[in-house]
Amino acid sequence: MQKLEVEHLTKRYWLERYEHEVLALEDISLAVEDGEFLAIVGPSGCGKTTLLNITAGLLPYDEGAVRIDGKKVQGPGIDRAVVFQHASLLPWRTILGNIRYGMEMQKRFNEATMQERADRFLKLVGLAGFGHHYPSELSGGMQQRANLARALAADPVVLLMDEPFAALDAQTREFMQAELLKIWAQARKTVLFITHQINEAVYLADRVAVFSARPGRLKRVFRIPFDRPRTLNLKRDPRFLEIEDAIWQLIEEEADRIGVSSGAEAMAP
Amino acid sequence: MKAQAMATKTEPLTSHRATSQPARRPRQSFYRRHDGLILGGSAVVLTIVIWQAFWSAGKISPLFLSGPSAIVKQFWETLRHGTLLADIRFSGLNFLIGFGIALVSGVVLGVIIGWYRWVRLLFDPFLNALYATPRIAMVPMIIIWFGVGMWSKVFIVFLSSFFPVLINTVGGIRSVDADLLKAARAFCASDWQIFKTVAIPGSVPFILTGVRQGVALGLIGVVVGEMFGGSQGVGFMVAYGGQTFATDTLFLGVMIIAFAGIILTMLAEKLERRFSRWRPER
Repeated sequence: MQKLEVEHLTKRYWLERYEHEVLALEDISLAVEDGEFLAIVGPSGCGKTTLLNITAGLLPYDEGAVRIDGKKVQGPGIDRAVVFQHASLLPWRTILGNIRYGMEMQKRFNEATMQERADRFLKLVGLAGFGHHYPSELSGGMQQRANLARALAADPVVLLMDEPFAALDAQTREFMQAELLKIWAQARKTVLFITHQINEAVYLADRVAVFSARPGRLKRVFRIPFDRPRTLNLKRDPRFLEIEDAIWQLIEEEADRIGVSSGAEAMAP
Repeated sequence: MKAQAMATKTEPLTSHRATSQPARRPRQSFYRRHDGLILGGSAVVLTIVIWQAFWSAGKISPLFLSGPSAIVKQFWETLRHGTLLADIRFSGLNFLIGFGIALVSGVVLGVIIGWYRWVRLLFDPFLNALYATPRIAMVPMIIIWFGVGMWSKVFIVFLSSFFPVLINTVGGIRSVDADLLKAARAFCASDWQIFKTVAIPGSVPFILTGVRQGVALGLIGVVVGEMFGGSQGVGFMVAYGGQTFATDTLFLGVMIIAFAGIILTMLAEKLERRFSRWRPER
């Protein structure tokens, strides 16, 4: 059963400053199965964040269709939750208050359920004991855990993750990737994960979709064959490096084609 | 770079362990803990002693400057006669009413102006013009409207406090974090929910800054209003003292105003801190 379907999606922007149109996404079609973890990689400017924003219902689109559980996306909905690149926690709410925030806005659960779910997901992301702290008292990695807990607590059909670890330092990022897999194994959500880090995508995902830049097109989808649970050691497996290298070459080709070196630089591990 | 490398070398690794004892504040001497109070307090006491010495020696003309003992005497006498308290009550009431109206209307209007673009565009020309005009230039007009009694003073206080409250509130509502807005929208928040959970709490520190500025300007307003007309209040006391060369009365008035200013500013700062507990410590 497909939880998320994108069909012939095209998105154009009108750039006021340069007075011309930019093709951000061109004819994207992909589907994410129930419980599947799909990662999208591509150089900066390939429209991957645009795709996520459209899927989240934060951006309008005119050509093609995006469907969640067969229902066309028209604005934000309770069937989706987003984990943002910046933790975007309300600084005046405690961590527990922030985890409740998504549920409160969506008004799906009663008070007792909200309380119970907030506690449960606080523990699941490893923040037990920090519920009454304010975000400013937590490290960047811990804030991202709260960001993740807020999205999971809202019980979405599809979890959308927009480069959630990009702002973290390298060590924390690796650790958070492993943590995410553990949490995901328990929460079993359908995930659309955006990243510019190839190795992150290969480590986390069941499939990795590679986007090309300007206009954003779906170049190729790689199936990642490794069993779960995966450990961080996997990143040194020769087969892992082989896949990583194949994706890397595909993107490099792409950078050469459009003659932009900045895109390739952004991809460097 | 070099200093940093050296610091890491000498620091014991165990100090970073989460399991170690909670860090205790290093013991400091009594002086180090209270140096501000001790130094500042001594300076004030010393100034008063020197001032009083010159005054007692008759080196200061009472027409030019008063002396500490004369001011205290004046304070005691007017307190006994009840005129001092009556003046303070009159000024205090003017301030409270004017500032209260300014606070409520400034916050309410500020929120509306900050939230709705069209309201902002509608009000902008008037607000800019009024904001740029020194409030004191409007005092004669206000006295024509409200007379020399209490309500002209109240209105001057209102006008003085209103703009800082309004402008800071507008600023607070408008500077809502775009990331937080996006997050709220993604979780299906309605405009009203966004208003309640993001815009208003995010504006509280701004509003309180407006309150602090409004208190300071309102205090100026109350004094200025009483100087321009009327026969009561601390501002009147200062103006009257000046006109009759009663420097002790004048100084007493100035000191009461200064004292009120310090107390009110401290209260406003306390309020500000209370409502920004969630902010990172600076």
